[in-house]
Amino acid sequence: MQHYDTIIIGAGHNGLICATYLAKKGQRVLLLEASETLGGLAATREFHPGFKAAVAHTVSHFSAKVARDLNLTAHGFDSPMVPMPTVGLNAAGEHVVLTGIGVDAEIIGVSAEDAASYRQYRQLLQRFVELLEPFWLKTMPRVGDTRWSSLLTFAQLGLKMRLLGKQDMGEFMRLAMLPARDLMDENFDSELLKAVLSWDGLIGSKMAPRSPNASVLTLLYRMSGELGGAHAIPSGGIESLVQALYSAATASGVEVKIGARVGRILIQGNSDGLKTTGVELADGEQINAARVVSSTDPQRTFLELVGVENLEIEFTNRIRRLRCDGYVAKLHLALDGLPNFTGLAKPDGRMIIAVDMDAIEFAFDDAKYGGYSQQPVMEIVVPSLRHESLAPEGKHVLSAHVMYVPYKLKGGWTEDARAALCQRVIDTVAVYAPQIKAQILHSELLTPQDLEQTHQVTGGHWHHGELSVDQMLMMRPTYEAAQYSTPIPGLYLCGAGSHPGGGLMGGPGHNAARKILE
Amino acid sequence: MNTDNNAKVPAADPFADERLKRTHFYPRAAQLNIRDAWSAWNGYKFADYYYDAEYEYFCVRNGCATYDICPMQKYFISGADAETMLNRMVSRDITKLNLNRVTYLCWCTDAGRMVDDGTVFRLGADKFMLTCGSPSLAWLRKSAFGFNKLSIIDMSDEIAALSFQGPTSCEVLKQMGLEGIDSLKPFNIIHFPFGDSGGNRDDKPLMVSRTGFTGDLGYELWIKPELALDLWDALYAAGENYGIQPFGEAATNMARLEAGFIMPGMEFNEALKTIHFQHDHSPFELGLGWLVDFKKPHFNGRKALLKERDARPEYTLVKLDIEGNKPAEESHLYSDKRCNHEIGYVTSAMWSPVVKANIALAMVKTKYLQGDIWAEIYYVKELRHYSKTVRCTLQDKPFWAPARTRATPPLAY
Repeated sequence: MQHYDTIIIGAGHNGLICATYLAKKGQRVLLLEASETLGGLAATREFHPGFKAAVAHTVSHFSAKVARDLNLTAHGFDSPMVPMPTVGLNAAGEHVVLTGIGVDAEIIGVSAEDAASYRQYRQLLQRFVELLEPFWLKTMPRVGDTRWSSLLTFAQLGLKMRLLGKQDMGEFMRLAMLPARDLMDENFDSELLKAVLSWDGLIGSKMAPRSPNASVLTLLYRMSGELGGAHAIPSGGIESLVQALYSAATASGVEVKIGARVGRILIQGNSDGLKTTGVELADGEQINAARVVSSTDPQRTFLELVGVENLEIEFTNRIRRLRCDGYVAKLHLALDGLPNFTGLAKPDGRMIIAVDMDAIEFAFDDAKYGGYSQQPVMEIVVPSLRHESLAPEGKHVLSAHVMYVPYKLKGGWTEDARAALCQRVIDTVAVYAPQIKAQILHSELLTPQDLEQTHQVTGGHWHHGELSVDQMLMMRPTYEAAQYSTPIPGLYLCGAGSHPGGGLMGGPGHNAARKILE
Repeated sequence: MNTDNNAKVPAADPFADERLKRTHFYPRAAQLNIRDAWSAWNGYKFADYYYDAEYEYFCVRNGCATYDICPMQKYFISGADAETMLNRMVSRDITKLNLNRVTYLCWCTDAGRMVDDGTVFRLGADKFMLTCGSPSLAWLRKSAFGFNKLSIIDMSDEIAALSFQGPTSCEVLKQMGLEGIDSLKPFNIIHFPFGDSGGNRDDKPLMVSRTGFTGDLGYELWIKPELALDLWDALYAAGENYGIQPFGEAATNMARLEAGFIMPGMEFNEALKTIHFQHDHSPFELGLGWLVDFKKPHFNGRKALLKERDARPEYTLVKLDIEGNKPAEESHLYSDKRCNHEIGYVTSAMWSPVVKANIALAMVKTKYLQGDIWAEIYYVKELRHYSKTVRCTLQDKPFWAPARTRATPPLAY
């Protein structure tokens, strides 16, 4: 029987990153992927003959440290990337356009007052981004742990906050959990600008502008990294990032196996307690390892692969109660040509359809009660403009994240329900790109339930669990499993369900590897 | 509105939902409760005593007596996952519990703090009955999450249960016609035909377990509610010449203290009901370390309990033999006679008639167990208040554990 130091479950970007770090330190690592493709939600797949797309369609805050540590440039990932403009679409073509990076960002389509406010707002937020930056790549202290290293992390955060100065520190504490709505209303007049700026704090979550919780923290999380919150598509597409990660992994000796679905994590018990000994694949094959690291979501890891009989009762119930219902659907259109958006020379930006914050809020209201909005809000890119091989020559792919599409639809996700939503989304896009319907060769709409099925992620949730205050930092996914180790010796987590969270960032994979190598 | 008509109809009881429920034995118990001394347990009207607590206590110790345990919580836990689910919940190894056996055990939170204690009856390969003092369905449901082949049914109201305790109890059951009862060993279960089932030997609606909460020879009788009063009548008819008498909470409390059994609300708080995080207890604090089986690879609270076993708990529940004859109720304990240094407190105390000693259960800081223990006792004599400080001696064994409790067959009377 083969024996590995570490088996990693799931070859999403975090699984790949964690595996590579461990292999670089000499561990014998086996990386198991249930599906036939690597990259998890960032995997690029053909959705129509000749047309390809990835669920994660842009990169915004991929960790520069990870890229450096794993030498991803040498493996074909072009970091730093060229940021795309963010465009708030207006049906009449009077768009709001944000370009550039960080405090140097420029803004078009708003009043001089709003433009001035934006510069101030951006500078303030930038100070907070820098305050939090080091903590995304740190293991959070364990609740109640009085060890030095934990206290040091707390002390460091406290000191950094203190160094902000009295006023900024006060503002940070005030803003951290403020509803996006209040933050925007305090700063701007343009309704479209407010909607665009709040978007990144909300997407992927069950939160709307009026929800108090973590939308500002989430925004700051996404603003970490070199792009300062802007999005980009690498020249070789998202595929090139996954490919670079794979190449780095195999170059360090990681053994990667696709189509290898793990049925359960093997746990052995004796009078010393429980211990992880390996995994059993769905076909019954058992593979032993000194430790197992799961990049699949916490509910799937614990409730399905570990089994509640190996867990404690209150812990089990905390895992059970994790909020994992996804609220984002994915639209893929195969287009006969480049779509023409009214008032845009070229659709090479990240285009947001949300005329004002109420549009976002009302769409959320529908989803809260198990419906979806007749006026869906969304984020659109045309990835084939940047990554040409996604579509045949002269043809294009439109990719959209459609917000507030509930995982649990009232009446269920029938074929009819999916088709009706797809039509609704296309109709909405057509308001801004009136000729698009004639260009559509094929359309595909993936609901959160579809994402759950195809990517083995509970609830189809981007982050494997809401990025909300009660499920963040030392509470992510829940205490006693928030430092990548779990209550079962030899079992670790390295996925988006762990601190700092999801998005193509790499924090959990990086942090878990460091914890394991401690 | 016709007010005349209204006057004739008795007004509906506005407090109907708030009133205490009556147990299945209530019609008989009420008749014998000549002092009308009722209190409540789990929403049931429940006798504190029937005639006189001390008299009832002596009946338990010298004859036989019944204690209505209908208000006790009873759960049927069954299905292919039942054993696994229970075994993960409790700290003893339930896989070792044989068919028709009962075991005393406790269950803890993840942090190793005691949720409750109780007994588990193995009624089949995958059927168990769990009994405990207070409602535990919420915890059972939490513990059951993730087990699919499992059913948990609250049988508390569906089973009539009567504890029958005292040295003559076996004799009375024999007189009642329970053939073979004298060969039933402690913690064993046996089923008997009863009532209409006389002709049909397979119909055995009466379950008897050799269990109890008095430390004496005794049994617990379990039957469906329709047969509750018949059971009572048969038992009282058979027991007439053996001094049968119902006993209430007060006498139970005396008997259980002599036996060294702990009582919720006195020796321990249920962990899920305390607000302050240090006001609950671990099995080690309560002297129940023997209920924690570390040979079992996994059970709830194992990690925390292992840590506490090695570090020793801050407090330990001990048995004290106290000088003099004044019960040390609610006394504070000191390491010196001048009461300068407090080291613990008494949880239950009494003058024990059967041991002829002044006994108590007490929580004492573990690190002071080796030294002197003094109790400061306050007492009243004809409205005059006095206090005194007396020496306490640790007792290892239960104050009272006669051989007759465990003898099989029990002594004949």
